[in-house]
Amino acid sequence: MEFNILTLCYLIASVTFILGLKMLSNPASARKGNLVAAFGMGLAIFGTIFLYRDIESGERLHNYGWIFGGLLIGAIVGTLAAKKVKMTAMPEMVSLFNGMGGACAALISLVEFNHLSKEISSGGNNEFIAAHQSTILIIALGLIIGSISFSGSMIAWGKLNGKVKDFSFTGQNILNLILLAIALSAGVWLVVDPVQGYLLYIILALSLLYGILFVMPIGGADMPVVISLLNSFTGVAAAFGGFLYDNKVMLTGGILVGAAGTLLTILMCKAMNRSLLNVLVGSFGGNKSGGGAAAGPQGAYKEISVSDAAMVMAYANKVIIVPGYGLAVAQAQHVCHELEKILNEKGVEVVYAIHPVAGRMPGHMNVLLAEADVAYEKLEEMEQANEQFKTTDVVLILGANDVVNPAAKTDPSSPIYGMPILEVEQAKTVIVNKRSMKPGYAGIENDLFFQPKTSMLFGDAKKVLQELCAEVKII
Amino acid sequence: MDNILNFISANQQIIYIVILMIFVGIEVIGRVPSVLHTPLMSGANAIHGVVIIGAIIVMGKAETDNYLALGLGFLAVILGTLNVVGGFVVTDRMLEMFKKKN
Repeated sequence: MEFNILTLCYLIASVTFILGLKMLSNPASARKGNLVAAFGMGLAIFGTIFLYRDIESGERLHNYGWIFGGLLIGAIVGTLAAKKVKMTAMPEMVSLFNGMGGACAALISLVEFNHLSKEISSGGNNEFIAAHQSTILIIALGLIIGSISFSGSMIAWGKLNGKVKDFSFTGQNILNLILLAIALSAGVWLVVDPVQGYLLYIILALSLLYGILFVMPIGGADMPVVISLLNSFTGVAAAFGGFLYDNKVMLTGGILVGAAGTLLTILMCKAMNRSLLNVLVGSFGGNKSGGGAAAGPQGAYKEISVSDAAMVMAYANKVIIVPGYGLAVAQAQHVCHELEKILNEKGVEVVYAIHPVAGRMPGHMNVLLAEADVAYEKLEEMEQANEQFKTTDVVLILGANDVVNPAAKTDPSSPIYGMPILEVEQAKTVIVNKRSMKPGYAGIENDLFFQPKTSMLFGDAKKVLQELCAEVKII
Repeated sequence: MDNILNFISANQQIIYIVILMIFVGIEVIGRVPSVLHTPLMSGANAIHGVVIIGAIIVMGKAETDNYLALGLGFLAVILGTLNVVGGFVVTDRMLEMFKKKN
């Protein structure tokens, strides 16, 4: 009876995961969807704690003190970390939590194998071994993918907050493949000959190393794609746990995230017009010297003063703001909204043009601007924005670079050639706020800055916007 | 060959679930606007925290004198909870902002 209730809990939880994901992909129902999935998760967790019985022995779980202690610590630390993190650091946070899930899956594999190998060494005959070979395979695969997800996410986390620099050497891709091949063959060996327990630790070490080397050379601009991919890896690792315990809710949840995460990864790649393989193998950092990419500064650019910029905007009919990572680092979203309101009072129409990969994660800019109370309908996606630039007087670019680089359309030798961009050069005037003339993430020059209709407004985005607000107000 | 066929018939329920879930996972988020990519990734991240259930089972089955299993299991429960709770709270914080101006 109790066990049947647990089955029901798992069934409900699986349905809430599917419903939750469905609702999360629609702006109107997204928040509710998250809560629905969280409810299902709570049901599954507490159902497991109180109702779980071992299939063979019928025994209940024990060690309640340890379980609740762990839950309590994790819940408190997790809530605090999630509440305190700045909006700009969200992507790192997702990566960090993802790594925790991967580590959890890897630890489960370690403990389960330990348990099994004890039984094998204490009188385990060939028959026993043969019966448990598929279990060992699942344990090994879960360990590999969980460890990769853990170490990869930690590196991605370090990269996003600037603690880890890009690092690559020739032949790295080949070395990575070799590492993975050795780890997999060690796994197969372990299945054939489970007495060789030390192999598991070799697998662990190789997988951790693979995760590190796999993410190391990939440029910061591609981190969202990598995090999304590692996210789906952890989903698969959770699904292996589901295999291990014949636990349907782990299986559905894990595979669901594995599939949805993979699709999301591909959607993100599409937004940048690159293939996944290109992101993973041909990283930006690796072939910087190829093509005409690293050409030096070209021609002269024009600077504009804050008061002139304020004047141009105050007398415009329509201003489009293009936010980029510069806005995020400067935490300038609130003052940006302030400027929008002041311009509105002067009768200027203001909208925002959001490139799908502006910032460090798709949707990053939307989250930031939403935090500053910018109305949802003022945020234009790339296609709509590109139709509006022709009729726009002033485009104000705040710390965006590669997403407005015309080389993506015109220069086939450019590393970002083919990426859809915001066609800001169709507007009458372009004002670019940047901290310096330094190139953006892709490390390439931007022709836009040298065009006659473009003026540069140097400085920290927040400071410049505050000055702009003050200037526009007195006009 | 026989082995593979036996494996399939012995695990057919699981194989059905895997295949159907792959299609559901793809279908369910197929039309997500790019605005929601980050929250969706974060929400999916919280859902794979379901791995915590494995950690709870490991922990609950460990013999009370097996300190290695207890220690690792305890760590796994903490990390899994971090993933679940942190994931849902972060997602909620992101989405809270979308809602405010409606």
